[in-house]
Amino acid sequence: MSENTLRLTNISKSFAGVHALRGVHFELRLGEVHALLGENGAGKSTLVKVITGVHQPDTGEIYLNDRRIHLADPREATALGISAIYQELSTFPDLDIAENIFVGRRPTLASGLVNWRRMYRDAEQLLSSLGVHLDLKTKARYLSVAQQQMVEIARALSVNARILIMDEPTSALTLNEVADLFQIVRRLRENGTAILFISHRLEELFEIADRVTVLRDGAYVDTRSMNGVTQEELIRMMVGRTVKELFPKKDVKVGEVVLRVNKLTRKGAFRSVSFELHKGEILGMAGLVGAGRTEVSQAIFGVIPADEGMIEIEGKALRITSPSQAMECGLAYVPEDRQHHGLVLPMDITDNVTLPILSRFSRWGWLATKSAQQAAYDAVTQMEVRATTVWQKVRELSGGNQQKVVLAKWLSTHPRILILDEPTRGIDVGTKAAVHSLMSELAAQGIAILMISSELPEILGMSDRILVMHDGRVTGLFNRSEATQEKIMMAATQAV
Amino acid sequence: MNTTDKAVSAFVSLARPRRSFLSKFLRWEWFLVALIALVVIVNSRLSPYFLDVQNLFRASSDFMEMGLMMLPMVFIIVTGNVDLAVASTLGMAASFMGLLFNNGVNIWIAAGAALLLGVAAGLLAGYLISRLKVPALVITLGTYAFYRGMAYVMLGDQAARGYPASFTYIGQGTLPGAPVPFSMVLFLSMALIFGLVLHKTAFGRYLYAIGHNQEAVVYSGIPVARVKVVIFMVSGLMSALAGLVLAARYGSTRPDIGTGLELAVITAVSRANALRHGPAEYPG
Amino acid sequence: MTTNTPALSRPSLLSLFARFRELALVGFIVLLIIVISLQNPRFLTFTNFRDILLDISILAMIALAQGMVIITRGIDLSVASMLALTAMMVAFVVKAFPDTPLVFTVLLGTASGAVLGSINGLVITVGKVPPIIATLGTLGVYRGLVFFYSKGNWINPVDLPSSFKQLAKAVPLDLPNLVIVALIVAAIAYVFLNYTRAGRDIYALGTNPEAAKISGIRTDRVTFMVYLISGIVCGLAGVMWASRFEAAQTNTALGFELQTVAAAVIGGVSMLGGIGTVPGVLLGALLLGIIQNGLTLSNISQFWQLAVQGFLILLAVILDSTIQQRIKQTAVRGAVK
Repeated sequence: MSENTLRLTNISKSFAGVHALRGVHFELRLGEVHALLGENGAGKSTLVKVITGVHQPDTGEIYLNDRRIHLADPREATALGISAIYQELSTFPDLDIAENIFVGRRPTLASGLVNWRRMYRDAEQLLSSLGVHLDLKTKARYLSVAQQQMVEIARALSVNARILIMDEPTSALTLNEVADLFQIVRRLRENGTAILFISHRLEELFEIADRVTVLRDGAYVDTRSMNGVTQEELIRMMVGRTVKELFPKKDVKVGEVVLRVNKLTRKGAFRSVSFELHKGEILGMAGLVGAGRTEVSQAIFGVIPADEGMIEIEGKALRITSPSQAMECGLAYVPEDRQHHGLVLPMDITDNVTLPILSRFSRWGWLATKSAQQAAYDAVTQMEVRATTVWQKVRELSGGNQQKVVLAKWLSTHPRILILDEPTRGIDVGTKAAVHSLMSELAAQGIAILMISSELPEILGMSDRILVMHDGRVTGLFNRSEATQEKIMMAATQAV
Repeated sequence: MNTTDKAVSAFVSLARPRRSFLSKFLRWEWFLVALIALVVIVNSRLSPYFLDVQNLFRASSDFMEMGLMMLPMVFIIVTGNVDLAVASTLGMAASFMGLLFNNGVNIWIAAGAALLLGVAAGLLAGYLISRLKVPALVITLGTYAFYRGMAYVMLGDQAARGYPASFTYIGQGTLPGAPVPFSMVLFLSMALIFGLVLHKTAFGRYLYAIGHNQEAVVYSGIPVARVKVVIFMVSGLMSALAGLVLAARYGSTRPDIGTGLELAVITAVSRANALRHGPAEYPG
Repeated sequence: MTTNTPALSRPSLLSLFARFRELALVGFIVLLIIVISLQNPRFLTFTNFRDILLDISILAMIALAQGMVIITRGIDLSVASMLALTAMMVAFVVKAFPDTPLVFTVLLGTASGAVLGSINGLVITVGKVPPIIATLGTLGVYRGLVFFYSKGNWINPVDLPSSFKQLAKAVPLDLPNLVIVALIVAAIAYVFLNYTRAGRDIYALGTNPEAAKISGIRTDRVTFMVYLISGIVCGLAGVMWASRFEAAQTNTALGFELQTVAAAVIGGVSMLGGIGTVPGVLLGALLLGIIQNGLTLSNISQFWQLAVQGFLILLAVILDSTIQQRIKQTAVRGAVK
């Protein structure tokens, strides 16, 4: 019998003509933690979904213990001992913890009725085997992200998973919670479980993973042992070029303060956040997912107003309560979630770009369609959006081009203060570079930029100053010259 | 995610493919035709007096009032909402007018007051929907019962009748010199206005955008809550107007006036909408 | 249950209220009973309450089915049409063959309800039509079939044998048959929703459809099932309706669908899916019944009934959504981005 338990060869998968995976190989052995590495959009999630039977590959083969298998749906994968914990947690908010664990296979009595008593007993056992203690009758709605993750791990164990896939499990955890999680992962590995581990934090992988497979633009790059590889090598494999070429940050003379945030607080999200943003400055905002950065920017833009505190724009103290008010003050906000907050996917480029500025093209409500189209045309041409016409539906564009449309949309409002929330998440390397040089350009023109990013290289490469948040509070502020990965991570995890 | 698609050129063009403005507008016209056809079919199916010729005539000529309510319903359904209370608003407004008229108020002032009441009815529903972020279906289910109930409260088992001929003309009269009913002219001119608003104004764009992705519209600085309140107010106004036309046609008002029309209105609009967009609009 | 260290102790007042929502409803009902009975001594009598129960039995049965559909984030607007159609079919059969065994009438009703319900289910799952549009369509179609079937004729009390009329109204155990049937339906619903896998899957589907799919729940099958059950319950209710009112008309139960939704929503079923209980829905139906009865008995004009009902629905929704939003704001941080 061979040592490997799961083997994928030459897997390809495309969606609507776009290749998500091209000829990917992957091999996972029992008792190993195997990292899957790649930039956003490199095809990691698609590969995971192929392994769990959510997607069926167009070409290629999957072997389990050298036996070829076909996974038509997630049930079959589960039956074969493959379980996944997805990035978007898949707990059931209105079901209690025990039922969340046993949702697919609740124990039953001889009569066929659900055996709640046994369900609670088994759930208790499973969770304590993980060293976790929770009130089993609590609805998942009331759990923290880390607790929900534990519930999902317990769910995977309840189906005797031999292969466990963890998609970015640490992205929203505090340092202590990560330590707890790793302890559980190690325990599982010792018991012979094969673990596929996805994370963007390279340091973490060196701590927990045995081997690593790198994907780039949907294609297989290489599989290496973690012992014989350096961080720089991994980055080069992921990006396909050396890091030096990235981040074309121009030196700009920073001007006067345009945005002053003073003791901004929203209950349950962030408290007493204060900072200043200058003309021509790029202020990076670092922190873990869930640290409250997005919430702060949403409060500044008036999407969900703050409870307390003050926002001062160009010397005027304001209480911003709606995005339209924020726009009048010269603010623009490129949201993190492009598909849900940035774009109306089924509508065309013109509609999307001109949405915030339609009133400019209307007289007595009558829309001057021609000039709106011209404006949209100008904006997307300037951004070098790849599209056929301005009537093309945004849905049909690639991720990078969609992001360019969002940028075009907000730049056409001529903002003086631009908030960019994860501006390069999930877009290809080329577009990423384009977005970065655009940012530099805009700063040089005197626009003040607040950039939220979870990618440390981006933060370090693009920011004049770096603000770090943890658990809703500001925990660090560094100048470009003094900032290092370590300092930022310390502040972001409060591991002082 | 990289754009490897060779068909995609690096340049955006301003040259418009296929559709012209005229054809876009024509689609709206077809939509209306489809509406009318559907209403006649649905209505004859729904009518409890299907086989009674005299009543069938009466039932199918309900169309003008239904059409008036369908126009704002198109707006509402385009944004992904629904207004179950249109027929109840119709009933409440018509009853209010009847009540005032019975108490000696001039018919035109009473009619104006009824229209205002319709607007207020829509305002309440719209406000609750945007404020509470509850599906419109639930809120308008409540207003559906509440407004119809208010119609009964106002008129009880009484009926208002004896409207002057100048008023009943709205529902019964035809244009001078032509056998075209005045109510049809009213409906068609309203249809023209609604069509233009939907296709030729920023407001119309907002409606479509909200229907596709409300969040993104909020993030674009558009007061979505206000837009929703407005369309429900318009719906209330048009329902009240339909109530006046219906009362004028009957020459009397009873509190059960227009009962049950809401489902026919919604069915017609949502089916026509589904036909127009095709099933692709409902991602599986 | 074994001991466990409550690492997490967050039963805020709001979540307690959400957990014991039924208690609040009970409190409101008790208050209402006190107010009405102070005004009218005839209200708080056994006979009157038996009447109330008889009045709400059919509503409660269908509201339970409706609630189940709403828990999956759907809605079934065709319930009243299904009821009317089965009532008409059964009444015709009984009129033609007065000796039809009662069991057969019930079987006929539920079977035809099952057919109608599965058509809804198929249109929604296979046709991928949103439930509100699908069932609005079948609302019209089924009602149309009532006319088609009856050719516009009504079934009157004289047409029906007394044995059939007694089906719903006989009072074997101090309670009319119809009430007993409704109680049995409620008991079955309770066991089904709390103690069967299929029943629990309904909640899982409603609270997170994506996760349900990933967890291997056959979501289409669950969706189909709830509409099928809704049809069966409406079929049973149709037979009972024909027996109780000794008639079947073309406009039987016209507009009843909205009352069923109202009872479910007042009873705490969330239109956003995943939340709702059998006791809650029963209480919702009871509340509607008491209001109707109380208004009839009291000196308040009967014309107020509908307005009060509508006002209460609005009130229930406003209270409920305010509480739900507060809970979501305080509790969920990571899950909802």
